[in-house]
Amino acid sequence: MTFAQHLPALQVVVPLVTAPLTVLLRDRRAAYGLLLLAAWASFAIAIALWQQASAAGVVSYAIGSWAPPWGIEYRVDRLSAMVLVLVSGMAAVVLPATRASIEAELPREQHYLFYTMFALCLAGLLGITITGDAFNIFVFLEISSLSTYVLIAMGRERRALVAAYQYLIMGTIGATFIVIGIGLLYLQTGTLNLVDMGHRLRDIGGHRPVLAALAFLTVGLSLKLALFPLHQWLPNAYAYAPSVVAAFLAATATKVAVYALLRFYFSVFGESAVFNRLPMQEVMLMLALGGMFIASAVACFQDNLKRLFAYSSVSQIGYIVLGISFDSVTGLTASIIHLFNHAFAKGAIFLLLGGVAATLGGVTLDRVRGMGRRMPLTAFGITVGGLSLIGIPGTAGFVTKWYLVLAALQKGQWWLAFLIVLSSLIAVVYVWRFVEAAYFRAPAGGGEVREAPWSMLVPAWVLIGAVLYFGLDTSFTVGQGSQAAAALLRASP
Amino acid sequence: MNVAGHFSYAVTIFLMVAGLFIVIARGNLIKKLVGLGIFQTSVYMLYIAPGKLIGGTAPIVSEAFRVYSNPLPHVLILTAIVVGVATLALGLALVVRIRETYGGIEEDEILAADRQEDEASPS
Repeated sequence: MTFAQHLPALQVVVPLVTAPLTVLLRDRRAAYGLLLLAAWASFAIAIALWQQASAAGVVSYAIGSWAPPWGIEYRVDRLSAMVLVLVSGMAAVVLPATRASIEAELPREQHYLFYTMFALCLAGLLGITITGDAFNIFVFLEISSLSTYVLIAMGRERRALVAAYQYLIMGTIGATFIVIGIGLLYLQTGTLNLVDMGHRLRDIGGHRPVLAALAFLTVGLSLKLALFPLHQWLPNAYAYAPSVVAAFLAATATKVAVYALLRFYFSVFGESAVFNRLPMQEVMLMLALGGMFIASAVACFQDNLKRLFAYSSVSQIGYIVLGISFDSVTGLTASIIHLFNHAFAKGAIFLLLGGVAATLGGVTLDRVRGMGRRMPLTAFGITVGGLSLIGIPGTAGFVTKWYLVLAALQKGQWWLAFLIVLSSLIAVVYVWRFVEAAYFRAPAGGGEVREAPWSMLVPAWVLIGAVLYFGLDTSFTVGQGSQAAAALLRASP
Repeated sequence: MNVAGHFSYAVTIFLMVAGLFIVIARGNLIKKLVGLGIFQTSVYMLYIAPGKLIGGTAPIVSEAFRVYSNPLPHVLILTAIVVGVATLALGLALVVRIRETYGGIEEDEILAADRQEDEASPS
């Protein structure tokens, strides 16, 4: 076997091995350097895998040479390759900003442990995406979740502890629901390999335990992806976690859960089982609309900007789930592109808010008054990110909204298209609250220009650049997204 | 409906519901973790009980035996137990820290302390 054939294993092994090494080093600079190298290496591996998957369709890797379906299989297809690139890419972009940010927020002796947890979280998220084994998904999910709880608890305020505890309870209930669902599927099919499971389920048909498994998996994954009304853990977790953690999680953690949901729905159960035997379409549509409207409305009343944008995340998850509920190539394309578009915009916003927290000492609306004059680049970055959340033409968010409206019209649901546009107007309200405070109010303190640290501005602006670029040139994201969506629906039993 | 044959499922479902109820109904952070532990334990039963066949032996192929039990659920649950221990340890560690900073482990006291803080500094 050549080196290139082992890339799927290395994708997970590199960050996983980095974690204990950072503990052994016990030095924050060395740990930081090592993790940065590991993150960039896994980004490079993800891109190489993505090229392999585009050429071959599917890359299958048998761990320890035990052939699937008996051994554990790592499986990279178009969709998982895209999510791998997203997760490792976000880690590679966010990490350079960590040093300056945690310098301001964490005691120094905790820094190397912060990097350990970050490495574990990255390994877990990549593992969920790459594995083709149902129980493996659970194990990697818990690796990423447990490290996430620790990362959140490292926040400066004591409320971070309570937020982490609440997330631990909710997250563990979600993970246990997932493992119950996987258990029921295993009892029905006798296999844990996802592809094999999909084939065998087709022969079994719609036994009631299979439907129960579908229900358990849906609820468990919905908790993890913060689908309304199971989103209660998210706002506090994002608001009180260290800023870079919020940026990384907002861009990746919920997205990976969405990916797992897509994987179970379309590769294991098959779209006909999910959408014909149960009224999943209606259920997901209602919950998505609930998130889009209620969470956006709640966001309008937040004074803490991190909480405001956390509630906005819940509403954006609504758009992603709405796309899934259409059960069409256009709808799925919209969902898959929005994984990226939202990750870029939210990652940038939370990074910039981290810069604001480090410079101004807080992210409440009255702290950022007059920020447009004092921190022009930071304020403008957040504004562009906000415009993408609304879906203004020229930003990446518009592309998603366009495809969502298109999918709604294809189904003849013009009222839904109207609701999508209406919910975007609520996003105008909460983004405007920031714009008003930052640009139309006099600065609270002195008027001197003091930008966020460069190491935070540059990564954030890289993401803002992506938001603008993918808003104008849609051929790449839409092309890849629709290919992945078509492959998902075609392979669906 | 064979009650004896479904006994393990009845136990599993009882533990599952009881554990989840404790998590939701109790305000004490430690008791919540206890409930979470019971909830997770019920899943171990769900996996392991169907793997065992009465009269089945370990799956070592031999002429003497016809019926084998499935060892895979045990292996899976061994992993799940490790995950459960890690979750419980982390949860308890968080409760210790919460006790240190808030001075209590009752959920309503903590929420009240947070509210007081909000009213003291409306920012």
